[in-house]
Amino acid sequence: MDTDLPPYAHALGITIDHVAGENPVLSMDFGERVQGRPGFLHGGALSGLMEMAAVAALRAELARRGESANLKPVNVQVEFMRGGTEQRTFAAGRVTRAGRRVALVNAECWQDDPAKPIALAQMKILLSPGD
Amino acid sequence: MNDPEPKTLMDLPPGFVFDPARASKFTTRHGHGGWLGIAYHAHGPDWVELALPWREELVGVAETGVLASGPIISLMDNATSMAVWTLAGRFMPHATLDLRVDYMRAAVPGRTLIGRGECYKLTRQIAFIRGIAYDDDPDDPVAHVTGTFMATHGTYL
Repeated sequence: MDTDLPPYAHALGITIDHVAGENPVLSMDFGERVQGRPGFLHGGALSGLMEMAAVAALRAELARRGESANLKPVNVQVEFMRGGTEQRTFAAGRVTRAGRRVALVNAECWQDDPAKPIALAQMKILLSPGD
Repeated sequence: MNDPEPKTLMDLPPGFVFDPARASKFTTRHGHGGWLGIAYHAHGPDWVELALPWREELVGVAETGVLASGPIISLMDNATSMAVWTLAGRFMPHATLDLRVDYMRAAVPGRTLIGRGECYKLTRQIAFIRGIAYDDDPDDPVAHVTGTFMATHGTYL
């Protein structure tokens, strides 16, 4: 399943940790390459992790419907709520609405407690017919 | 007197006048910025440009070679953050509250991306930022960003 993730995910050590229900939960270990200010995760790395989770959730949803589409991001809004500390981070996406042409996907990431997300993302993605 | 060589922006002495060209060595050699290869490009009174060289590892869609949005957000987070300190004239710890990125077109594979961050309003606690990422012509940007930072220890003004 990890082969579905792009080069950026592999380079940052982002993998599919498990599948909750039908939805993939991604994880990323802490390390120098994802650190921002000393001792904390870089917001860009968190955003990258959430984008991967959002796209994985959307691909899973399209697969369930038996559809294939090329995805083109339109925009993303990220809210940072807590500093990410030196531990493993998890992220999952949720497809809020996927029509024929555009999808709205929410994602959140957390560390030790899924009930206390450290950041949220909302992505809008254009869908065009796949090959 | 013989202070040890500062290793991070946090080690800078109080009253240090923020110079993005000099400060870049702290934010571009270590951590996520260092791994991405982000480097200083240019700056003005309220803006900073940083460069992100394209490389295979940063690709978000394997078939097209287009960059993932993570590296673009990291580039803009760093450039706008430095624009805040540049306008404030000094470094102070702060946190990104939110960032919105609009993708106008795909970055061309192989081209270095320039992130231009601008701080357009500074208040005591909040800095308002905007910026663009472009790979060739600033009038034909790849992405447009807006966002806010909050001073976490003390105030901006």
